[in-house]
Amino acid sequence: MGSHGIRDRVAIVGMGCTPFGEHWNRSADDLLVDAVGEAVTSAGITLDDIDAFWLGTQASGVSGLTLSRPLHLPCKPVTRLENMCATGSEALRNACYAVASGAYDVAMAVGVEKLKDSGMSGLSGTTMPGAGDDSRGEITAPANFSLLAPAYAAKYGLGEAELKDVITRIAWKNHANGARNPRAQFRKEVPLERIKSAPIVAGMLGVFDCSGVSDGSAAAIVVRAEDAYRYTDKPIFVKALSLVAGPADGLQDPEYDFTTFPEVVASAQEAYRQAGVTDPRAEIALAEVHDCFTPTELVLMEDLGFSGRGQAWKDVTSGVFDLDGSLPVNPDGGLKAFGHPIGASGLRMMFEAWLQLRGEAPPERTVRTLAEGRSLALTHNLGGGPGECVSFVSLVGSELTD
Amino acid sequence: MAGLIAYGAYVPYHRLARADLAAVLGTPPGKGTRAVAGYDEDTTSMAVEAARGALAPDGLRPRIGQLFLATAAPAYLDKTNATAVHAALGLDEHVLAADMAGSVRSGLGALITAARSTVPTLTVLSDLRTGLPGGSDESAGGDGAAAFVFGGHRDSTPVIAELLAHDTVSDEILDRWRLPGSPTSRVWEERFAEEIYVDLAGEALTAALDRAGLDIAAVDHLIVSGLHARACASVRRKTGARPEAVTADLTAAIGNPGTAQPGLLLADVLDRARPGETIALVVLGDGAGVILLRTTDALPAHRSARPVAGQIAAGSAPMPYATYLSWRGLLDREPPRRPDPEPPYAPPAHRRNRWKYGFVAARCEKCGTRHLPPDRVCTSCRSVDAMTGEPMADVRGTVATFTVDRLAHTPSPPMLVVVVDYDGGGRFRCQLTDATEADAVIGARVEMTFRRTVTAAGVHNYFWKARPVRTDED
Repeated sequence: MGSHGIRDRVAIVGMGCTPFGEHWNRSADDLLVDAVGEAVTSAGITLDDIDAFWLGTQASGVSGLTLSRPLHLPCKPVTRLENMCATGSEALRNACYAVASGAYDVAMAVGVEKLKDSGMSGLSGTTMPGAGDDSRGEITAPANFSLLAPAYAAKYGLGEAELKDVITRIAWKNHANGARNPRAQFRKEVPLERIKSAPIVAGMLGVFDCSGVSDGSAAAIVVRAEDAYRYTDKPIFVKALSLVAGPADGLQDPEYDFTTFPEVVASAQEAYRQAGVTDPRAEIALAEVHDCFTPTELVLMEDLGFSGRGQAWKDVTSGVFDLDGSLPVNPDGGLKAFGHPIGASGLRMMFEAWLQLRGEAPPERTVRTLAEGRSLALTHNLGGGPGECVSFVSLVGSELTD
Repeated sequence: MAGLIAYGAYVPYHRLARADLAAVLGTPPGKGTRAVAGYDEDTTSMAVEAARGALAPDGLRPRIGQLFLATAAPAYLDKTNATAVHAALGLDEHVLAADMAGSVRSGLGALITAARSTVPTLTVLSDLRTGLPGGSDESAGGDGAAAFVFGGHRDSTPVIAELLAHDTVSDEILDRWRLPGSPTSRVWEERFAEEIYVDLAGEALTAALDRAGLDIAAVDHLIVSGLHARACASVRRKTGARPEAVTADLTAAIGNPGTAQPGLLLADVLDRARPGETIALVVLGDGAGVILLRTTDALPAHRSARPVAGQIAAGSAPMPYATYLSWRGLLDREPPRRPDPEPPYAPPAHRRNRWKYGFVAARCEKCGTRHLPPDRVCTSCRSVDAMTGEPMADVRGTVATFTVDRLAHTPSPPMLVVVVDYDGGGRFRCQLTDATEADAVIGARVEMTFRRTVTAAGVHNYFWKARPVRTDED
């Protein structure tokens, strides 16, 4: 028994990502066709070269037919899967394992979500199924994540206004990054004061503390590492894939203090072990993390080991995670600037790692840590909420380890 | 000795000022306030709150043999509402639970049925009075509930008020009526029934007093209840009771809660009556009824923990009239742009009756960890199926963290949400009700209350919420 990573055994050799946004005139089918098409083009192959598919979507379709029908795939294996907001990352994880096992030579991971057709504010149809007796008292996602704010402030002695400044800066940073990204839903920098004074949605969270609602799709092509250079000069190698589903007892257990996601700590430690990372803040060039709401990103900095406990708010304030900081976080703009089409987000994060590690990100948002010699990127997804969630962490790199 | 052994009353937290109502509608200015059931309350949930008060004494709950719920505003038709009360109280499954629903007089019927019963009987009177905007039922009506346990024939439970006698006179009379589905009653010209009621009350009172071998002068507390305010006033004047014995009704402060009014007025008298005093409860409506009680030496030590007067005093500052109208469904507000709430599903709700209605958690027999909701596998030691039920309805807790959800579907936005850590262990996230945003803070003390959380697709969803502890018991 044991967890055996697949470090350097598979590589991503092609990726595609649609612009994320309000695609009123495009269906989930359209988005899938676009993302898949871009991915196969970038790998220099055709759809016929792909042996198996993993499609992640939460609410935009069921079964493999969700992908095979719009593409008219000729009787290929297609698995549709869902793991809350980690759905896109989970599709990639499964495709990677399929190739690493030797079962297939070429696999594709695709993620898609069409949220804007519902007409609803926020995510719809995304709540965890309760016991059916309706005693869970479902709350909205922003309210759920806003539970972190008063707990963090109380534990570390921050005033409410002080914490508001911190989370405001996170939103400001991610919008500033997204403004440099043509695929982002929101492409304007937003002044701090406007973020801070925006209408309140839940708890301490204003409109700008929440990721948007958008549509999008992204895809990745996975092959054995030794085959990678047949497809591209600049493959990215999978160093670690780690997913955990927590015991979901934080809402039952008074020991849980709402200032951490233990699931993120566990998945990050496992990913670092698989990749051989011992000092994530110094070794990683960039991180794409699940900034569904600004307090989430704050807490993640500590859970991912980028900041000490109770220190992340200081690191946020001093710009450590800015585009030109010592560890850029969400250089593509994050969920803040992209919105969060559930099934697509994990692969959208990987797309930024793909661009940055290959030196293909536009100069205005290329992180300087790469020039300093770092070659690792981290992606992170979180599904659920404080006290009960699934967490995914991956590490990918542009170089094979000796 | 047969008689009353316990009682409890429930006056909802919210108030509507008659002056505000008049200001909005341009009607003549009214005085005082009326009690208003919360957006998350109905006659069933209020009945639970009153009954919890009555069943507070240790050892009383298992002795209850039958339960009657009387209301003129049943939450459901066809389906029994008393069974929801029964489930929320965690009474034994063999306890009869039945409604006496539809007429205001059902309150009198339930009280007399309980008083006559040979098994300890819990009777709950609950009502929610609505009138169309500007009508007198709106301004004079009220919401509330009261619960009484009659019994005490055996074992140690002391009788706090002995049943001396009772009498009823039934008369078919069209003075007030309401077609099913209509929100408001219709009333005949008031003076028509006034004299009839005075005569009927006199008959019933004389018969009861004769049966008890008493004279009207022996009555220390005369309570007259009924929706016919003019007739009630006449009866108060004309019974010949000592002037100081005539009790005022509570309409000025909480309005007239119809079916529940005789119960709330009786509870209020029991809150302050001295031992050895005689109470005459006169109820008008489709005839008249009288219950004669004499308080015992046991009363002072066994009064309700939450007196009516205290609940009246603890009421909220008056709410805006527009809020009242939207809570009552008389003002249709724009819903949030969110998916409609789903109703509970029948099989899982039934499977989890003890949790959903009774708020019974589970405690691990191996390591002692409490689980809300109950689980089969212990979150701490992971033992399987080693759980014991643990009622949590009366356990207080402290807020660990909180939020204010401004997007959530609720009849009264924003939704206040708290994570509660219970005294003695266990945690649950739930709504906070009867509260403002200022009440949602880390460290706040809360207690649990049974509510109708939402009505979706024609199904009422009942569950428990937290509310701020406002009494000084804590």
